Amino acid sequence: MGLTQIVAGYVPLLDSAVLLATQEFGFAESEGIELRLVKETSWANIRDRVAIGHFDVAHMLGPMPISANLGLTPLAVPVIAPMALGLGGAAITVSNAVWAAMVDAGAPGDGAPGPSGAALRQVVLARAKAGEERLRFAVVHPESAHNYALRYWLAASGIDPDRDVEIVIVPPPFQPDALAAKRTDGYCVGEPFGSVAVERGIGRIVTTKGHVWQMSPDKVLGMRTQWAERFPEQLAALLRAAVRAARWCEDPANHEALAAMLAREDRLGTDADILMRAIGGRMQFEPGVEQALPDFFVPYSRAANFPWISHALWFYSQMVRWGHVEHTIENVAKARASYRPDLYRNALAGMGMPVPGASSKIEGDLGEAMAVGAQGGRLILGPDGFFDGQKFDPDQLDAYIAAQRQ
Amino acid sequence: MAESLSILVIDDNPIRASIIEAGLREAGHSSVQVISDIEDVAKRIGEIAPDVVIIDLENPNRDVLEHFFALSRIIKRPIAMFVDKSDPAEIEAAVDAGVSAYVVDGLRKDRIKPILDMAIVRFRAYSRLQNELDAARTELQGRKVIDKAKGILMKSRGMSEDDAYALLRSTAMNQNRKIVEIAQALITASELLGP
Repeated sequence: MGLTQIVAGYVPLLDSAVLLATQEFGFAESEGIELRLVKETSWANIRDRVAIGHFDVAHMLGPMPISANLGLTPLAVPVIAPMALGLGGAAITVSNAVWAAMVDAGAPGDGAPGPSGAALRQVVLARAKAGEERLRFAVVHPESAHNYALRYWLAASGIDPDRDVEIVIVPPPFQPDALAAKRTDGYCVGEPFGSVAVERGIGRIVTTKGHVWQMSPDKVLGMRTQWAERFPEQLAALLRAAVRAARWCEDPANHEALAAMLAREDRLGTDADILMRAIGGRMQFEPGVEQALPDFFVPYSRAANFPWISHALWFYSQMVRWGHVEHTIENVAKARASYRPDLYRNALAGMGMPVPGASSKIEGDLGEAMAVGAQGGRLILGPDGFFDGQKFDPDQLDAYIAAQRQ
Repeated sequence: MAESLSILVIDDNPIRASIIEAGLREAGHSSVQVISDIEDVAKRIGEIAPDVVIIDLENPNRDVLEHFFALSRIIKRPIAMFVDKSDPAEIEAAVDAGVSAYVVDGLRKDRIKPILDMAIVRFRAYSRLQNELDAARTELQGRKVIDKAKGILMKSRGMSEDDAYALLRSTAMNQNRKIVEIAQALITASELLGP
């Protein structure tokens, strides 16, 4: 019997794992789908190829559908995210020289974001006083979970991300080289590129995106709204397959098989051992010293695949905060409509997989993991705290944005 | 006569870049810069002040480039992608050909379209050339394999060259395989069996 082909673009990063596993381990096929996976070299290509229809769906940066719907992209094609591809997954790495200075300023070794940020602030101030150049950090795209997490951490640590340091764009696979060549002093990027720097002995992981904001969103499965509307059954089948793949990815029994698949030259082309650090939650912030971080990358549990409206609105709040877009009622409505928990819920109905009853939550409200109301089973959420103790209530969006303007 | 446009071509493939550059010069554009390294783009984009930027889609630095454009302190006028958002066919043709173009705001469409059209045609021509080159390389490789297999047959069985080739061909036909596959199998077998 013929399978329905769906063309899916991805950028070779750890959090493409769920999408790749959907095809590679038979989940797509069991739903009557064949995913044709196409590796891409830039987020701009992903964006353009989705917009013109080369790709039906793609591994996307979380803010990307929002950018498309707010008119920040070249082609005015509406894009939605009916599924997220996991939580966490990124680390903040600095050069050995910056790390040495941070240690002198009292940085702890365990990734604690508050004291690490305070130490970095000392380094930044000392450099300014000595008339040295500003530190230069890199992210992969301005509208990305990584840029917003890095900026959040810096700002909450008393470092102005635009004035006190410089933030530039470097493609993910070039990040370690740029750091080694001293073109950058640090970066916030999805795995494996933090671990690659550690393995090469050129940098040190200071903290992670999950330390700055626990269970924070990152990549999504994005697609043209038009495609989703035209092929609702293919979409539902794809979501079912992908969520089952996500559950498979999280099971420790499958971690080695997952790492081996991702390690292949035609996929990420990174050593399985290095990938296993993030997959298995045993990160090394410096060579040889394991740091148990079971929640470093969460592909499935804690509703990791659910496209929370509150995640979309938090990304939107940061787009406003850093001047990417103006805050208007119309823009809020567009941002809100970019994530589609309704489609996710419809696709998963009756599968015996827990789906949150609510579409939005107060981010930062759960200090500890907690069982919440869910359709189709028991669901544990959180902890989802921001390291500075702030909360994001999507119903108080205006106040949140106003407070961050100060 | 309209004032001439400053055009920046970013491509780390020197052959393709020179094909594009030649096309632009033939079309009368004298102010064309070719840069392969994104670091150089960062350093020089302010001084070049391009009206049009052409970049290949395989280039991982597209996101970097777009960020330069977003920084108004580097470029005086905002740069938008492609000629005209309302012309999806043109955009699709460009992406199909593997090229992307950025244009400063306010430039008239009729001034840009010929440039993009030319880039699309030349990118396509280059891919075709590349495919033909790959095919020729494969073909040459195949011929070498067959020659070697013929040599083995001529030496070990005292056959003429024509007979050796005929034997390879008939074996391939009987087994419904390509001659080059039979030739490769023969070479492998002969290597395994030793001199």
